[in-house]
Amino acid sequence: MTNSFFEICVSMVLLILLSIPLGKYLAHIYSGKIVWLMRWMSPVERFIYKLFSVNDSEEMSWKVYIRDFLIFNIWGIVILFFIQVFQNHLPLNPQHLPGLSWDLALNTAVSFVTNTNWQSYGGETTMSYFTQMFGLTVQNFVSAAAGMAACAAFLRGFVRHSTEMIGNFWVDLTRSVLYVLLPLAIIFALFLVSQGVVQTFKPYVNVQTLEGQSQSIAVGPAAAQISIKQIGSNGGGFFNVNSAHPFENPTPLSNFLETMAILLIPFAFPIFLGEFLNKRKEGWAVFIAMLILFVAGLGLALSSEMRGNPILKNSGVHCGINMEGKEVRFGVIPSVYWEAATTATSNGSVNAMHDSFTPISGLVAMFNIAIGEVIFGGVGVGLIGMMFYAILALFIIGLMIGRTPELYNKKLGESEMSMTVIAIVLPCVTLLALTAIAVALPVGLAGLNNSGPHGFSEIFYAYASGVGNNGSAFAGLTANTPFYNLTLTLAMLIGRFATIVPALVIAGSLAQKKMSPENRATLPTASPVFVGILCATVIVIGALTFFPAVTIGPVLEHFQMTAGKLF
Amino acid sequence: MFKIIFRPLLVLLFFSVLTGAVYPLLITGLSQTLFPRQANGSIIIKDGKPIGSELIAQPFTQNKYFHGRPSAVYQTTANSSGSNYGPTSVKLMDLVKERVAAVTRTNPSADIKNIPADLVLASASGLDPHISPEAALLQVERIVQARNISKELIIKIINENIESQQAGFLGADRVNVLKLNLAIDAIMEAKHE
Repeated sequence: MTNSFFEICVSMVLLILLSIPLGKYLAHIYSGKIVWLMRWMSPVERFIYKLFSVNDSEEMSWKVYIRDFLIFNIWGIVILFFIQVFQNHLPLNPQHLPGLSWDLALNTAVSFVTNTNWQSYGGETTMSYFTQMFGLTVQNFVSAAAGMAACAAFLRGFVRHSTEMIGNFWVDLTRSVLYVLLPLAIIFALFLVSQGVVQTFKPYVNVQTLEGQSQSIAVGPAAAQISIKQIGSNGGGFFNVNSAHPFENPTPLSNFLETMAILLIPFAFPIFLGEFLNKRKEGWAVFIAMLILFVAGLGLALSSEMRGNPILKNSGVHCGINMEGKEVRFGVIPSVYWEAATTATSNGSVNAMHDSFTPISGLVAMFNIAIGEVIFGGVGVGLIGMMFYAILALFIIGLMIGRTPELYNKKLGESEMSMTVIAIVLPCVTLLALTAIAVALPVGLAGLNNSGPHGFSEIFYAYASGVGNNGSAFAGLTANTPFYNLTLTLAMLIGRFATIVPALVIAGSLAQKKMSPENRATLPTASPVFVGILCATVIVIGALTFFPAVTIGPVLEHFQMTAGKLF
Repeated sequence: MFKIIFRPLLVLLFFSVLTGAVYPLLITGLSQTLFPRQANGSIIIKDGKPIGSELIAQPFTQNKYFHGRPSAVYQTTANSSGSNYGPTSVKLMDLVKERVAAVTRTNPSADIKNIPADLVLASASGLDPHISPEAALLQVERIVQARNISKELIIKIINENIESQQAGFLGADRVNVLKLNLAIDAIMEAKHE
């Protein structure tokens, strides 16, 4: 058990050490520089610009950036939708899987384009190898890259002054894929195969077991997709149970490194902020605020899960250890660490079933997601989300001391505030409204696998996961119905675009403003006070918005479990 | 206008080829060359026939074999799932009661108040190939009776098959059920010859 705590510590220290050079590297990449290590990739980059007549020195205003971003996303949804619907007419379908229903295909298309990777389906029983590769793996790359691009554009609003231009979407997108995601994905995929992750185009393997039954074993080109799903905050599994499947996550070592892959780029983004704005201390302040919130949640989840389930103990289970929905090779503590990592970032892959965690540990996962994926968050968009909270925090303080709020030498005005409020409030409202509708309708309740407070948690978690663009689930909920597929599609769209569009509008507005010199009344954004205020804002907004919901879900269930009540 | 609408499509198609075809084909080529056994599912071959994957559980019900963890799926079909029962689920607790009773019925050394958790609670994947060393030791008596083999020998084989924490601190100690059963089968076959 002490060893498993050691595992978490080693992982965090390594991540912090790795995120520093990676953050600096990102600053190079989005400033248009090429590091010598990656020179070999630059002919590909130039080829792309030539092919699509992109002038890489020509920048875009926020309006053009948003336009190209949106059109690119719409095409992504359209193409992915048709690949799924017609997969039975496409190659690489050795199991002869049929085309998908329109509502499932739409849900999945939106899910992968918005970097959510919510899955109403089970991979090995639904998707052909072609769909997994040419449809889903592609969006694993480009949706992550689009999020990173948006963050770079957003931060340019602080770097620049007296201009309308916030960068070139095609350049940011191409550079994210070629110089960051693809090299990392190739190395990590090969490591995963060495551990036992499958990568083949052959059909499923049929064997005769020791007791003489015939067993069909699902295989496929999994490693290539799993690698990028962890690195790019995607999280969509090749197999139904995601990274709990022995072919996605075969050993404790693969588990250790997959957890790190989930956190790596999100850890690097606040460092990137510091480097990009030439304000290293400010970057660390944001990093520390995120780290505090992450460790607090992790600690709470661990303390709950390690106490186990008293009802199981009474039934004869040794110490009431909650191994339901967990794998022996990982054990309890690494499973909780993964749970915290995958929900704090908007990854959403799982190595244990979140539905079967103890209630307080499930509560931590819900909180991490519902506050908008800002505790490191998804690649790029996580930092954007945290900046919304920073703007809100500074506004509140500005009201108290009667000064115009400033962030990183930019005055925050009406337009920034309106956009921030939209970005924070709209996803929350969507989450609560859709949950309320689902619990009020028979069609919503029909999908439940558990009753009592846990049933409510299943529904709340699903919509939180949708608007947070997380993609993990209390997977007992049968979500492959037109009702859930369509309402979750709406949730995912709002969650993604109500973050990125306001961020780009703010970037455009800030880029036009002059740099305002710091004075005595400026709140220092590199101080412990700022870290404290930022953490407090996240917790207060989260608590105020979701207190009633979590009370009738996980909190109620916790007390019922302690009292030995079953549903 | 044409360029505004169709350039994004062309860029998407380009990246589809790069990341959806070139990249997975590259990874497939490299893995089939460098790690062919793992890339094809770590299949175990016995007498020239595939008899299972060392990473995927197969159902064991006979008394002479060590049993794996409970599962929410039929392990012979190409599917994977956990039970997704919450901690206050009455369905889960009924199942646990049945499993505890079954374990104590078939294993004389089992303590009804203290059963290893992994032996009565379903895995996340439904395909967990491992059990804890405690869950293996609990089944020794049953194997001894069914196989007419010495207890010391079985315990020795279990100890040989324990996979320790990787690098000394990663994950948990565990025993691969299929490999364990194969090891015991091999010893019985050697005895008969």
